[in-house]
Amino acid sequence: MTEINSKTPMEDLTIGGNIYQAGNAREFKTGDWRSMCPVFIEEKCKQCGMCFAVCPDDAIPVGKDQNRTDFNYDYCKGCGVCAKVCPFGAIEMKEGTNK
Amino acid sequence: MSIRERLSGNEAVATAMKQINPDVVAAFPITPSTEIPQYFSTFVANGAVDTEFVAVESEHSAMSACIGAQAAGSRAMTATSANGLSLMWEMIYIASSLRLPMVMNLVNRAVSGPLNIHNDHSDAMGVRDAGWIMLFSENNQEAYDNNLMAHRIAEHKDVMLPVMICQDGFITSHSIENIELEEDEIVKEFVGEYHPEHYLLNKKEPIAIGPLDLQSYLFEHKAQQGEAMKNAKKVIAEVAEDFEKMTGRKYSFFEEYKLDDAEIAIVCMNSTAGTTKFVVDELRAKGVKAGLLKIRMFRPFPTEEIAKALSHLKAVAVLDKSDSLNGAGGALFEDVVSSMYVAGNNVPMVNYIYGIGGRDTKSDDIESVYNDLSQIAQTGKVDNPYRYLGLRKGDAK
Repeated sequence: MTEINSKTPMEDLTIGGNIYQAGNAREFKTGDWRSMCPVFIEEKCKQCGMCFAVCPDDAIPVGKDQNRTDFNYDYCKGCGVCAKVCPFGAIEMKEGTNK
Repeated sequence: MSIRERLSGNEAVATAMKQINPDVVAAFPITPSTEIPQYFSTFVANGAVDTEFVAVESEHSAMSACIGAQAAGSRAMTATSANGLSLMWEMIYIASSLRLPMVMNLVNRAVSGPLNIHNDHSDAMGVRDAGWIMLFSENNQEAYDNNLMAHRIAEHKDVMLPVMICQDGFITSHSIENIELEEDEIVKEFVGEYHPEHYLLNKKEPIAIGPLDLQSYLFEHKAQQGEAMKNAKKVIAEVAEDFEKMTGRKYSFFEEYKLDDAEIAIVCMNSTAGTTKFVVDELRAKGVKAGLLKIRMFRPFPTEEIAKALSHLKAVAVLDKSDSLNGAGGALFEDVVSSMYVAGNNVPMVNYIYGIGGRDTKSDDIESVYNDLSQIAQTGKVDNPYRYLGLRKGDAK
């Protein structure tokens, strides 16, 4: 599938917005309307694994070692569920789109 | 060789559907289109077609099932009228915006209320901006022929839009008239097989259709639909040309009946054109230069062509079998007037709302319109361009 964005001319868009390729959800950046931003405080994190399990999107990357890393804000809508479940205060919600 | 038969409009459509043998038909009964799925279901039961007939529980589901079937890669058809179409409303737009080239027969009837099951065009006019190609049919023959041409128009790669074929409820749907049918094999060859480029059941290409389409994209996708609608004109003309080669029956965007040398003319659609032709012949015998422009292709609207065809007239009346209730004029009138204005043609024009709820429009009524037109042609003045034909009124003129 060709990359499309808000500059793509109509001739290059598929009819009806059809997507002729599977497994492309990753390409749809869903984090651009965030009004609260989670901040990861690595020192406090015990890698308990609670946060990424409750993330409704794909905003908390987890490595092969099963440890989480910093947020991927491309997909974070700032819902704050991760901050709420963190038992160690390792996620703080800040106002605004970015930390 | 064509086969001489006598069929009602609904029978003619069902016969066309039998010959087309679509993969899926999903329909819900509603007067006056009920007979179409009724006849068709007997073809299914008798094994005359191998269509999957889906006896859905509502028109919303009928259109949804057709959308699903067409998206899956099959050819789908349905039929409905008035309130059935109203219940489809949401899905009508989905079908056209997802560019699913299905074919629907709309047997025109008044949209309630108050409750009325008889013919007018309020159902069709309600969906005139829904992105469907809309073809109107004067009689059973034209309804049959339009069906034979519809799939090729809809499925053309430059079009990919659904087609709606209209005919007048009861007036033609339930009247038995002579008709020329084509042989099954010839129809099959003419209609051809449907091989969509992209479809849901293609395991080699998993696709998603109908995704979220926000501010950055919907505008362009709507413009694509508009572009396809423009492309449809060429395709409709090409398919008609092929159809004429096969049957000898000629179809244009509209029919010009004694319009060439006419001074006054009526513009109308569907069965009223038949009555109008009769009146034109009578007036011609009396030396009145009357003509008719009968619109077959209502969507896309042939603006330039209509403006050209009407440019030489001294007065034109547009008959609308649906009142837009906007205090200004009917939908067809507005389209024709716009076409004329944009082309710079200044011909006095008048609108008549007529035949609402199945009110009979007789030759005398049509003649009265031509009489009005003769007067307008003489004076060049239109006192009231938004009129009713055959309306009971206490202070009638």
